Amino acid sequence: MELKITDISKSFTSTTGERIEALRHISFTASEGRFICIIGPSGCGKTTLLRIISGLEPSGENGIMLGERELNSPTNEIGYIFQEPTLFPWRTLLKNVGFGLEIAGVEKHLRRQRAMAALELVELQDFGDFYPKEISGGMKQRVALAMALVVEPKVLLMDEPFASLDCQTRNHMQAALLRIWEKTGKTVIFVTHNVEEAAFLGDEIICLTSRPAQIKKVVKVPLSRPRDRTSPELNTIRKEILTFLEEERKAGRLSVGASD
Amino acid sequence: MPDHRALRRTKDGALRSMNKFLWYVPVLSAVAAWQILSSAGVIPETRLPSPLNIANGLTELLTTGLPPGFTLASHCIASLKRVLSGMALALVTALPLGVLMGYWNWMRNVLRPFVELVRPIPPLAWVPLAILWFGIGDGAASFIIFLGSFFPILINTMTGVSSINKRLVEMSILLGAGKSDLFAKVFIPGAMPSIIAGIRIALGIGWMTLVAAEFTGVKSGYGLGYMIMTARDIQRADQIIAGMFVIGLIGYGMDWAVRRIETRMLRWR
Repeated sequence: MELKITDISKSFTSTTGERIEALRHISFTASEGRFICIIGPSGCGKTTLLRIISGLEPSGENGIMLGERELNSPTNEIGYIFQEPTLFPWRTLLKNVGFGLEIAGVEKHLRRQRAMAALELVELQDFGDFYPKEISGGMKQRVALAMALVVEPKVLLMDEPFASLDCQTRNHMQAALLRIWEKTGKTVIFVTHNVEEAAFLGDEIICLTSRPAQIKKVVKVPLSRPRDRTSPELNTIRKEILTFLEEERKAGRLSVGASD
Repeated sequence: MPDHRALRRTKDGALRSMNKFLWYVPVLSAVAAWQILSSAGVIPETRLPSPLNIANGLTELLTTGLPPGFTLASHCIASLKRVLSGMALALVTALPLGVLMGYWNWMRNVLRPFVELVRPIPPLAWVPLAILWFGIGDGAASFIIFLGSFFPILINTMTGVSSINKRLVEMSILLGAGKSDLFAKVFIPGAMPSIIAGIRIALGIGWMTLVAAEFTGVKSGYGLGYMIMTARDIQRADQIIAGMFVIGLIGYGMDWAVRRIETRMLRWR
């Protein structure tokens, strides 16, 4: 389903009483089944943007449209993956995955079946009876993905989900995510600060400026998948983004210097 | 996994039970030394009876009872009943209140002054008032126990709930959880380790408080504290110590039971 973001701005008051503008006039459309990456300098408000889209933060007067429907509160049509794997430590993996179905009142037998299918999707079907403490960080993040997918959301919001994983696990997870994405056809909004990750994953890459975050550039990645991380085409795209980020970093430093 | 378990059992199973016994050697030697010193007349029997005499006193308590007819078992049951009823009352009040105080900041802020003012008052300081309100008897005793165990459960539940990972709560909301789901499926299970720790503390305090309360006048013919006071009245140091020993033993047993429940319930930790 299409996700349309129209003119989102957000500011908040810092602990020192300063007014901080986090987001300025953010608009974009994620058409159904697209894989959108959002990249920007750290601290620019990427997470805030995702939280607003999810409904965890109020969006103000301007809107988020999912298909024909306006969203203004959390809904299970939007799945969310946090940076740190967020699992119930007291539930087994199978019961973690089944949580959303339990809330929705799905009957026990069916719940088990669907949770199992979701675990299979992330290739953890043999670990259903394990507790979160017994598995690795990458596995936890895959469980989190299954937890979000099991309630069949239309859109998946991912907030630097692989940032705390080591490089090899991250590569593996990216490939796994693409496989799942191709299988399920979800619309994905994927926030990252990792340029290679964005270029490897995204159909398009939205580049945000430093605070207040604005969309300054959208890079389309017309490469077919599976992509080769080391191909010259991918490198061209990486270079384009890196150049942008470097310019932003300099601009950001300048503006900070100016305000001091 | 089963391999490991089998391995452990065959490899050092015997060693383990041996080890377990070894840990008791110092205690047993101390008791033996005590007995020897008593028999040699180094420790005066009237002040500190020998272990054997204490054991005899204990047997007498078990069979004849003190006063005669009031056996040790019935004293234990009376004390346990008071502790458990006070604890039960504390649980049904402190648990929900603690959950709410952990969830709502305003509620925590409103109630904190009350809690912080009442909490430092030793439960025993309530004895006069308890007797005034409930008369001498089980009601007053249970009330004292209730006061002693209420606050550990309240504070631990509150801390447990308020320290739950905020992301977990947000994720539950995103997956469609309403308030009642949050309480039943997130806050309470998430706070369970802290709640059980609170119950353990409460049980310990409750037990200690009870026996002391029974000393100071909350008595009704039965109860370990009452029994010990009776032994003092008739100058039976052996039975005083036997009673103290039973208090320790029961306290230890209750804590052991809660720990068992804890490990079983919190396997996920």
